[in-house]
Amino acid sequence: MHSDDVVWDSLGNKQFCSYKIKTKTHNFCRNEYNLTGLCNRSSCPLANSQYATIKEEKGQCYLYMKTIERAAFPSRLWERVRLSKNYEKALEEIDENLIYWPRFIRHKCKQRFTKITQYLIRIRKLTLKRQRKLIPLSKKVERREKRREEKALIAAQLDNAIEKELLERLKQETYGDIYNFPIHAFDKALEQQDAESEAESDTEEKEEEEEDEDADKREFVEVDESDLSDFEDMDKLATSSEEEQDDKSSSEEEEREMAERTCHSKSKGKAPVKGPARTKRAYIEIEYEQEIEPASKSKAA
Amino acid sequence: MSGPGSMASGAAAGSADGPADAARAPEQALFPPGFSVSEIKNKQRRHFMFLRWKQQQRKDKLANKRKRKKEREALGDKAPPKPVPKTIENQRVYDETTVDPNDEEVAFDESTDEFAPYFNRQTVPRILITTSDRPRGRTVRFCEQLSTIIPNSHVYYRRGLALKRIIPQCISRDFTDLIVINEDRKIPNGLVLSHLPDGPTAHFRMSSVRLRKEIKRKGKAPTEHQPEVILNNFTTRLGHSIGRMFASLFPHDPQFIGRQVATFHNQRDYIFFRFHRYIFKSEKKVGIQELGPRFTLKLRSLQKGTFDSKFGEYEWIHKTLLMWSCYCLAGKVG
Repeated sequence: MHSDDVVWDSLGNKQFCSYKIKTKTHNFCRNEYNLTGLCNRSSCPLANSQYATIKEEKGQCYLYMKTIERAAFPSRLWERVRLSKNYEKALEEIDENLIYWPRFIRHKCKQRFTKITQYLIRIRKLTLKRQRKLIPLSKKVERREKRREEKALIAAQLDNAIEKELLERLKQETYGDIYNFPIHAFDKALEQQDAESEAESDTEEKEEEEEDEDADKREFVEVDESDLSDFEDMDKLATSSEEEQDDKSSSEEEEREMAERTCHSKSKGKAPVKGPARTKRAYIEIEYEQEIEPASKSKAA
Repeated sequence: MSGPGSMASGAAAGSADGPADAARAPEQALFPPGFSVSEIKNKQRRHFMFLRWKQQQRKDKLANKRKRKKEREALGDKAPPKPVPKTIENQRVYDETTVDPNDEEVAFDESTDEFAPYFNRQTVPRILITTSDRPRGRTVRFCEQLSTIIPNSHVYYRRGLALKRIIPQCISRDFTDLIVINEDRKIPNGLVLSHLPDGPTAHFRMSSVRLRKEIKRKGKAPTEHQPEVILNNFTTRLGHSIGRMFASLFPHDPQFIGRQVATFHNQRDYIFFRFHRYIFKSEKKVGIQELGPRFTLKLRSLQKGTFDSKFGEYEWIHKTLLMWSCYCLAGKVG
């Protein structure tokens, strides 16, 4: 005999029910026809031979009913009634179909139906708004892209490229007159004229010519502004002026020592110079020593 | 033992003695051409033979190198120039969509496309920067920094508004460009750049975003001067149109007094954005100092009209699975 109490006693209460989920506070029932979702004596669809539920399929709500007369025919067990889309009408239909049924089931059916319609309305509202589309990322692709980006960054040599571009623009005079580098104009002038010796008089030859003329005099050669920018020129300048001073040293009893010739090297670090560029000059330090005649000799004479 | 051939079995038998044999192993008959290490079934012996084979290869390689070096030195000045190593940039197949500066068709196209009013100085760029919903700290700061870099730009936060409704409002308020920065898990990862009076929309994936405070050796804050723009390596048609799109973000007349430059450098389809301040130390040397944020972009799709994901007409979409569609902005690799 199909007795509800027996079923409940064995399945729901004491022994194992596969639909039952136990948590700390509640027992839940996983059965798809369960009205409330909890595992109770009155909500268990297995332990009640007269039972009804509301289920929703693709936006349409249906009322499912089970009676004891059909308990022997499992395939025809659940009777399905389509409810109208109008909320009030659907409630009336529920009432009509579940007339004379226990109060609990009727009440719970209506509650469940209300909840279902509310969430259907919410779904319809949300689909009208913008939806966030989730695109799955493939880890392999991501890794590959990252690696390629790193390699591209190395191949790009950004700093060099930018510097080159800026220098190009400077050369093509897109900046107009803001930057006044005289050597630029000077080079141009050189190219235009033929190479005459006087045209090149700004460079080292000048000093050597003067040196031939005035052997005794010591001349301090004026260092030209334009040569300062090029480090190599500075070096040449320093060495050439050294040479001439050596040559010009006449027969004096003073001994001159070429002490330190210091040249400062330009900062070659990667951090660019902040602020205005400072030009550094090469300079020469000269120490003089005087030889005093020994007093003893003079006395002897 | 299953030895493949007489030679091999001889070698295998020789290897049975183990490493002691290696010292006096005759080099010539050890690895005849038909022999393959993979045919030895015994794992230990196979491993040993493989190691020996590797050693042999290495020795050969070294000997070849030395020989070549000696030949080079012997020839002295007459030696042929050193072969250039192959890089991706060297191997590029000439892409027929490369833009030739003198191309008439391209020039004509450009004079009639959506950026023509900008390049004819009829419009002044005005940019609206916004984000996706609920931006987090990094994205917010990034937007602020972007707006300091791009002159004449405004940041507006989007509170749940649909882009399609924003766009007509923007057009009515005279904005020329719209930038949307997409955010995922608190970091910005996408950029949608849309030219407004129904211009093209480009969708990029953004990566390695560095805010100003994360940049080492950075300079002071960018000033209000209009920066110059450098666009490197945008050679194909597609690259050219993207380049013009970037150029139209900045005002057409840069103020050289500010000495600031924004660079979009394309390398292997990655667009690197940098913002520098430069100074000319001499006529052959320039120093640059990085200010401002930096990020990398990769083009995902280019759409003809304004932003419309459903009905838009896509001019170009990046297909990840097609290997031969890579390097579209600068040229395909052969």
